[in-house]
Amino acid sequence: MFLGMMLTSYRIEKQNCLVLHLLSLPDILLPCACQVVLSLLLHGLLLRSMGEEEGLHQTPFLDTMFVRGLKRKCFDGEEDIEGTLAGIKAIPSYNLQRQSLLDMSLVKLQLCHMLVEPNLCRSVLIANTVRQIQEEMTQDGTWQMINTQSTGQASLDRLVSTDILCRSSRDQAEGKHVPAYGTFNKDFENDQAQDSSDTMSTASAVQAPRNLQSSVWEMENPQENKGNFQKSLDQIFETLENKSPNSVEDLFSEVDNSYYDLDTMLTGMMSNTKMGHCDSLETFSSSTNTASNSNCKSDLNDLDHIVEILVES
Amino acid sequence: MEEDAETRKISSSFLRDHSYATEAADIISTVEFNHTGELLATGDKGGRVVIFQREQEVKSKNQPHRRGEYNVYSTFQSHEPEFDYLKSLEIEEKINKIRWLPQQNAAYFLLSTNDKTVKLWKVSERDKRPEGYNLKDEDGRLRDPSMITVLRVPVLRPMDLMVEATPRRVFANAHTYHINSISVNSDYETYMSADDLRINLWNFEITNQSFNIVDIKPANMEELTEVITAAEFHPHHCNTFVYSSSKGTIRLCDMRTAALCDRHAKFFEEPEDPSNRSFFSEIISSISDVKFSHSGRYIMTRDYLTVKVWDLNMENRPIETYQVHDYLRSKLCSLYENDCIFDKFECVWNGSDSVIMTGSYNNFFRMFDRNTKRDVTLEASRENSKPRAILKPRKVCVGGKRRKDEISVDSLDFSKKILHTAWHPSENIIAVAATNNLYIFQDKVN
Repeated sequence: MFLGMMLTSYRIEKQNCLVLHLLSLPDILLPCACQVVLSLLLHGLLLRSMGEEEGLHQTPFLDTMFVRGLKRKCFDGEEDIEGTLAGIKAIPSYNLQRQSLLDMSLVKLQLCHMLVEPNLCRSVLIANTVRQIQEEMTQDGTWQMINTQSTGQASLDRLVSTDILCRSSRDQAEGKHVPAYGTFNKDFENDQAQDSSDTMSTASAVQAPRNLQSSVWEMENPQENKGNFQKSLDQIFETLENKSPNSVEDLFSEVDNSYYDLDTMLTGMMSNTKMGHCDSLETFSSSTNTASNSNCKSDLNDLDHIVEILVES
Repeated sequence: MEEDAETRKISSSFLRDHSYATEAADIISTVEFNHTGELLATGDKGGRVVIFQREQEVKSKNQPHRRGEYNVYSTFQSHEPEFDYLKSLEIEEKINKIRWLPQQNAAYFLLSTNDKTVKLWKVSERDKRPEGYNLKDEDGRLRDPSMITVLRVPVLRPMDLMVEATPRRVFANAHTYHINSISVNSDYETYMSADDLRINLWNFEITNQSFNIVDIKPANMEELTEVITAAEFHPHHCNTFVYSSSKGTIRLCDMRTAALCDRHAKFFEEPEDPSNRSFFSEIISSISDVKFSHSGRYIMTRDYLTVKVWDLNMENRPIETYQVHDYLRSKLCSLYENDCIFDKFECVWNGSDSVIMTGSYNNFFRMFDRNTKRDVTLEASRENSKPRAILKPRKVCVGGKRRKDEISVDSLDFSKKILHTAWHPSENIIAVAATNNLYIFQDKVN
């Protein structure tokens, strides 16, 4: 998946004569088997340092946008809605790129290696990125704006089938119903490709948050939560599709926060790599500590720092 | 030529000859010299440890400049893949880190760790064996006691050198999260192991207990925003250690202040550059490696694009910052998409703390001379490195015009990354791990 990094073969040109003169020539053929000899830096002689030019010519547009870190001014939604819309349209691609980044991040969070525990550091970094985007979008008030715009164009066709995202074999064995939101739409891919030569991931979707949230919870939680969460999601997206300029607070007010909160979803997934077994392990270890140190609280604190390890037989 | 024959010998021992795709299990995941530099250990994704030994320098008249080469000394399977039944997850056998203990007798000791378990290995030589037992003959079969008429004392006779590795300690079941670092303390009696959220202190002799000295796990996992990425003990002060985080901060802790070192003694963080701010700022500021200098005065940190040197006495900013591959700054989104932005590069000091080295993509690695402020980019690859050839410096061009032997940013191969390198403790010998190949370079100072 090396987007935009077209791997071209390159020829190594002839030796640069600049290099040779630095070496003490008779010693070139030192018998150091298999070992390539270097002298340059260690003799204190150096060659030219790396150029540090800022070259953006070849970079895809997408990267350019993000590197400059454009922080959009906060448009006051109450004042001049038309002006706001115009302002947004003036930099349409920033929002699009940001949305694409959000989608990509959510996809990444969900793509988990079911056999091996996912990398916690990576998950935390991606989750922080998502949180950052979400905060910015919420500040700008563009969260609902974007969805308003895109629901006009998008249909369920544009959603990525959740079959593409990995599911555990256990889920499949249990026959969990993961709603398939439709097939991948090639037109969408082409549109995206025109925006940036850096083709966005083929799995990105405009409505990804909805898609992924539900499928994440499909995998993570047993069925009793599924019904509640679906209801909350439906409420959310009904509100969005109404195309009414609700404020962000209205958007969230009808929803059970514990489900919709992005933090909950993301970290819930991080901590529950498998059906909440992590939590049970945590409580187990803490309860054994408590049981064994029943005297004073100071003992408890001290001994908390000693991890009791089950001796392997 | 004789040298060529030896070249082939070393080449075939750790360079794979397959012309097709490289085997994943052969990917080298850690490289480490021991304290004298005589031994070089590598760990791979298949859980194997391969130790190379430098051969004794032959001081002969016709080859006055012959330097010791590294030959395979011992190979053993350190970790096996395991299955965590409680979480229904596999535990990878990939060796994350190897750390040597200083040598105290004829045997060598090293610590190797995968995601969950640390093992202490003893590597010893055997070149004599006893012969002349009374109760069993040379094959090991028991002799008929009625046939024994004479008593004899077994004697030790020389045999072919055999190097055997035995696991002496197994430190298991102490980490819920993946171990990313181990560090031997300067008292040589304790060591620490760090995972994403906790750091434990062990005594080498005790395997069923460890002290938890750092715990950053929040009470509510939903509030988790920062993880531990690397940790190391101070080279001289056995009470001091540092650990780095995914937010680009380093904390120095003193174990004398409290049993749980949640409160740091020093906090190193560089204020963010507002002009460079982007959605990826936090990700690229995540520190992937932290190393004390040999003097103990400085620490070096590696984040995605830079290497920074910090003075322990100054917490508000590093004293030196080196750009490793700044041309990638404009490619961050692509690198985020293909996950390369999460690559964890390591960094190393040379023996005198004057040069630092770290890896990059396309099998490039970079060296920075702290005194002259010069830097060089070199490549570790078979195609353009013949034995005993001189390494040519490489250059990546960012602008439109590409000069003759430059490589454009878009031509870089991001699957060829050099994450692990090591520098001999006293000489200018470096070991560079490029996927499944190990390169050893020496300077040719006569």
